[in-house]
Amino acid sequence: MTLNAQMETILERLERSDTLEILQEVIEEFAKVFGVNHMIYHWVDSAGDQYGCGTYSDDWRTRYLEQNYLRIDPVVIGCYQRFHPVDWRRLDWSSKAARAFQAEASEYGVGNQGFTVPIRGPNGQFALFTVSHSCDDATWDTFTETHRRSLILIAHAFNQKALEFEPDRLPEQARNLSPREIDSITLLAMGYSRAQVAETLSISEHTLRVYIESARFKLGAMNTTHAVARAMSRGLIVV
Amino acid sequence: MLRYIYGTDLHTCPALRDAMFRDRADQFKTRLGWEVSVDATGAERDRYDDLNPLYVIWEEPDGSHGGSMRFLPTTGPVMVNDHFGHLTGGVPIASPRIWECTRFCLSRGAGSHVAAALMLGGGEIMQNFDVDHFVGVFDARMVRIYRMIGSSPEVLGSQGTGRSQISVGLWQFDPDAKAAVAQRAGLSAELSRQWFDRSFGGARAQNLARTG
Repeated sequence: MTLNAQMETILERLERSDTLEILQEVIEEFAKVFGVNHMIYHWVDSAGDQYGCGTYSDDWRTRYLEQNYLRIDPVVIGCYQRFHPVDWRRLDWSSKAARAFQAEASEYGVGNQGFTVPIRGPNGQFALFTVSHSCDDATWDTFTETHRRSLILIAHAFNQKALEFEPDRLPEQARNLSPREIDSITLLAMGYSRAQVAETLSISEHTLRVYIESARFKLGAMNTTHAVARAMSRGLIVV
Repeated sequence: MLRYIYGTDLHTCPALRDAMFRDRADQFKTRLGWEVSVDATGAERDRYDDLNPLYVIWEEPDGSHGGSMRFLPTTGPVMVNDHFGHLTGGVPIASPRIWECTRFCLSRGAGSHVAAALMLGGGEIMQNFDVDHFVGVFDARMVRIYRMIGSSPEVLGSQGTGRSQISVGLWQFDPDAKAAVAQRAGLSAELSRQWFDRSFGGARAQNLARTG
């Protein structure tokens, strides 16, 4: 199976998951198909409660909490209140405390390389999605160049799921497609080309691209084809 | 030089911050006559400034404000969805690959290179953070400026006519356009990159620091 096909399968599983235990299994599967040492998704909901899943060892998690490393972890400090993806090499590891923290993290198996996607959700919800691995700079450059877009997408797929766990959340609130999005996806499903869809809907191809992209995001799909398949399987469109 | 600063870090450069909000009042209230609120200190601020946006600011060699713009991801609250949804077919634009760009502002007397430099900063964001599109609201008078700097948006929808026409537009990244914008800004790609790294931490500089 190609990486894309594997990702689609795991994303389907993520989509259907309704417990933290399944999120844990899903993130372990993702780490495996990307061949990285660690993958972690950690979020704080709008009520301020913290949740997480990931592949760090229990020992490291316990140690981290005991020592309250949130205060000195350069990844947390450098990503908190941000919304751009961050390569760990761009963070400030220069302080003595940060260097000691890094050395200790490494003893617990945290990689020397990392890539973190901070996400800001609605009503104060926020999350960090991290991939970490042990390798040299050149290997890591190649990995992030190749997979950055997919990793950002997976990060947001986890966050869409986390938002479903929000207290007081209305069911299916964020997942409904607007009439324009349904029209666009339906015509694509019928085999129309983008140009034909745009012409049929009397919109430009750029506008169409925005509709498709927002529908793709709402559906947690990897690409347009996947978005069409998901919309059909959920009965959102009828062809 | 171009600086990329999150709202929570603006306090580190108070003079530049105050000048930016004053220049915004001058552009949007005084010159364009938009219904924006200006406080007692002469600063134009709105609720999106409270959401810790990312500002891209052109700082003149003397430290003053030459121009600026403001970014927020469309996965959170943004102006196009909160106020202009009727211009995008009722489709809320939401994607980590689309950021909103608002309050594109030039100080009085800023040369055309400033507008081009800001666009170049936008290009750096797109290229480095995997953002495919910027979406934003602009009025008829900006059309000429965007054309002049070689970065015209695709119009998604408009309301009103003539000078008071308001549109929602879409910009996409195109490496060729970036080169043209850099040329108009009179800046090299290397320098632009260096400024970007200075704001977001440079990987190479960091490694050197760690060995020291």
